[in-house]
Amino acid sequence: MEPTKGLAMDLALIDFPYIIRWRDDRCTRCGKCTAVCPTRCITPAVIAKRVVHSEGDLPLPTTVRGVVQVIKQSTDIDHYCTGCGTCTLVCPNMAIAPEYNPASKFLFHKNKGGIAYKRGGRRNDPSTSTLDKLKFTRISMLTDPALDAGRHEFNIRTLMGRNLPAEDLPLLVKNGHLVVEQGKFLPPIREIFPIRIGGMSIGALSPPMWEGLAMGITYLNEVENIPVVMGSGEGGVPARLLKSRFIKYFIPQIASGYFGWDEIIHALPDMVEDPAAIEIKYGQGAKPGDGGLLMANKVLKLISEIRGVPMGVDLASPPTHQTKYSIEEGVTKMIQSVSMAWGFRVPVYPKISGTKTALAVLNNLARNPYAAALCIDGEDGGTGAAYNVSLDKMGHPIASNLRDCYLELVKHGKQNELPIFAAGGVGKQGNLAANAASLILLGASGVDIGKYIMQAAAGCFGDEHNRCNLCNLGKCPRGITTQDPRLYRRLSAEKVAKRVVDVFKTAEMELKKVFAPMGRSTQLPIGMSDGLGVSDPAIAKRLGISYVC
Amino acid sequence: MCRLSAITANKYFSVMDNILALDTMKEGHDGSGLGLILKDLGGEFKDLKEYPILSGICTDEGRIKLDEFMKQAGFKIKFMWEPLITESPASSVTKRGHYLTIAYQYPAEYIDRSQAEKDALLTHTRMLLRAEGSKDNSLYAFSFWPDIITLKEVGDPLEIGEFFGLDQKPLKAKIVLSQGRQNTNYAIYLYACHPFFLQGYSTMTNGENTAFLPNRDYLLRRGFPGYSNYDSDSEIFCHTLHFLHKKLKYPLHYYKDVITPLNNQEIAARPDAAALRLIKKSLRPLCIDGPNCVIGFLPDGSVFMIQDSKKLRPGVVGGAPGRYALMSEECGLDKAIPTRNKDEDIMPMRYDFVVISPNAKEVQVWNQLKG
Repeated sequence: MEPTKGLAMDLALIDFPYIIRWRDDRCTRCGKCTAVCPTRCITPAVIAKRVVHSEGDLPLPTTVRGVVQVIKQSTDIDHYCTGCGTCTLVCPNMAIAPEYNPASKFLFHKNKGGIAYKRGGRRNDPSTSTLDKLKFTRISMLTDPALDAGRHEFNIRTLMGRNLPAEDLPLLVKNGHLVVEQGKFLPPIREIFPIRIGGMSIGALSPPMWEGLAMGITYLNEVENIPVVMGSGEGGVPARLLKSRFIKYFIPQIASGYFGWDEIIHALPDMVEDPAAIEIKYGQGAKPGDGGLLMANKVLKLISEIRGVPMGVDLASPPTHQTKYSIEEGVTKMIQSVSMAWGFRVPVYPKISGTKTALAVLNNLARNPYAAALCIDGEDGGTGAAYNVSLDKMGHPIASNLRDCYLELVKHGKQNELPIFAAGGVGKQGNLAANAASLILLGASGVDIGKYIMQAAAGCFGDEHNRCNLCNLGKCPRGITTQDPRLYRRLSAEKVAKRVVDVFKTAEMELKKVFAPMGRSTQLPIGMSDGLGVSDPAIAKRLGISYVC
Repeated sequence: MCRLSAITANKYFSVMDNILALDTMKEGHDGSGLGLILKDLGGEFKDLKEYPILSGICTDEGRIKLDEFMKQAGFKIKFMWEPLITESPASSVTKRGHYLTIAYQYPAEYIDRSQAEKDALLTHTRMLLRAEGSKDNSLYAFSFWPDIITLKEVGDPLEIGEFFGLDQKPLKAKIVLSQGRQNTNYAIYLYACHPFFLQGYSTMTNGENTAFLPNRDYLLRRGFPGYSNYDSDSEIFCHTLHFLHKKLKYPLHYYKDVITPLNNQEIAARPDAAALRLIKKSLRPLCIDGPNCVIGFLPDGSVFMIQDSKKLRPGVVGGAPGRYALMSEECGLDKAIPTRNKDEDIMPMRYDFVVISPNAKEVQVWNQLKG
């Protein structure tokens, strides 16, 4: 009779998404790889095996059976290899590396105990995104000379805030000049760089990561003169930052859990600057219909203080704002209330997940004189924690959602009144400036990035092959999404800040390189869709751009 | 690059002056068309100032359609002018049919109405005629406005002038804009030919408007029916001028501030900075970025020239009180006003807005930095 060990319900390595390739001949058994593995998928083990052995001056090989130390990969689904590659980074001898296994049956089994698979990251779809299929095909050349990205003056800036229609501007003509009529309400508007860092909370991010981003954008604003702004994500802002002059570079977010807002409101009398804007989060592209989730193991002292909650408890925000029973009343009132808190000096706008119903939200906001913008987060948006099914299957691609919304505004002549910020998958394949430019040409006033900046500025391992994506567990091997000091000490806030500066300086130059040959420099070419082409006729038709081949 | 030739004077002159100037600048255009707009008309139109003149082209069927339409609308023909067509086998011009220049009496019920109502009627009528004529290409209606004549045709400008017999039976005016067309991005289509006209405002340019789509999408929804039918990206310049000057009632120089806005530091130095900041934001979609020298006129008879924000196109203004010419090239200016003091020629740079007051009284250069 055959032995049943291994044949019943045990999984084979080939069922796993990543298989560890370990080189016996190179391994010195130093143990560094097993020490850093975030899932403990590799462990030191012993096996009995035949070993060829030779001693003395002359080769006299003999074979002996002995017990040898090896690195063993677990076949327990709870200790799967995520492919993060931390083992490879610490190995002094290049003896170990994970290898992607396309034949994996991971999702068939990752629900042990009836617990659905949760993770961080974004939608696991490594195919070329729609944004990456778009090309810039309208090149000025001889009939209209291309501009020079290195020589001409460029203004790569956008407006965040509601723009009054020209017909409603409080202007008078006096002595042949326009003067502003006093006493009339002018909605607050900020001129910012068109790529923002989207809302990632203190709590979801480690202290050095958040600090690094914050230092980076401050440097960009104050030294490089690139006005990049950054969202706080849900969960508040440290009191010291709230009361500092640097708050003007941040967009505090209010979400359905209202975490941290008691603290923000109490800090109001002591604030010396207004925030860049306030974002009301109604939805998130990574997990439409789901609220925020900060796992208990990330709720340490600092986080509990900022959020005003006890330590060590799961912080789940409801899927929706419980007080909002309708967009017509609830959302309007919420925008007005938050605006009022800052004396109507701060743009207040909602963020929603990409959805077929975005047009209804948009139309409502377009009629609300206090709504400063709309942020739409597409299905490729990232998160620190969500159900895999939400990440992979819920949501709307950003390109067509944005396009529909922009064209709806055009239909009503309001495209310059209510800016749309597009998010979700910007820079997914590394083409940050090109993706941003494509969305701008489709009608976005600006874009948000999250996952991209973690990858570019801090070396986040996550990708669309489900590599790593452990953000929800507080075990981020890079130290980006963890509150464990042993892990986040791996990350230097200064180095993150430096990379943030690199990223935005590069993005500004690359945007110039895109816009210059298209003959645009003074204003952002929002909605200039005649500059775009795509070799997929269905995409061309859907987005109303040229089909090129 | 198209060639531009504009002349403004306090005495009537022949449009051939413009055409000959264009001919000297011929290297720049490929002779694919000529557009002319005359304002403050002389000759037979001198005493018909208050009567709207329909300018266009039509076939025999179109003529019947036109007459029927205008009759139904209540317009009565007051005067008709026809060019002296001289067809020659060597000419690059092909006769299309009837070249219309008809002055009408307003419908009886409109005679005592306000100017605004009359203006709306004329624009509406022109658009209806255009829509009707476009169904079977039987009728082109370029302009329908008092004291304005528009002529457009495909071919070499000088040959078109001779084809129309303008050298023998000249049309005279005090302001003439003309463009020698170079056919680049568009099939030769008469509605795409400069100069463009809307309710007393006219512009022509020699460049390309790279911001056409955002400009167009903005104007199309401003609630004014005249902002439509954008067959040329350059038609934007005329409609933007109309929007700012007539609809929003901004002083003229804000046209420059809207289409080529200053940067924030420059705005801060202007006395009207607060207003500039507002219009830069609210009129952001009307900014142009491409290379363009824009020449145009206003209803009051002012004629102007401005440059894009990087001065990517040539343009020169010269002359003396009583007669000024605004040309894309110096040689055109030499032809139009050979006796001027060349030392006083003005070559407007990126911040300059050159305006010649009505009746060619004086030339002023407004600098955008100073406001």
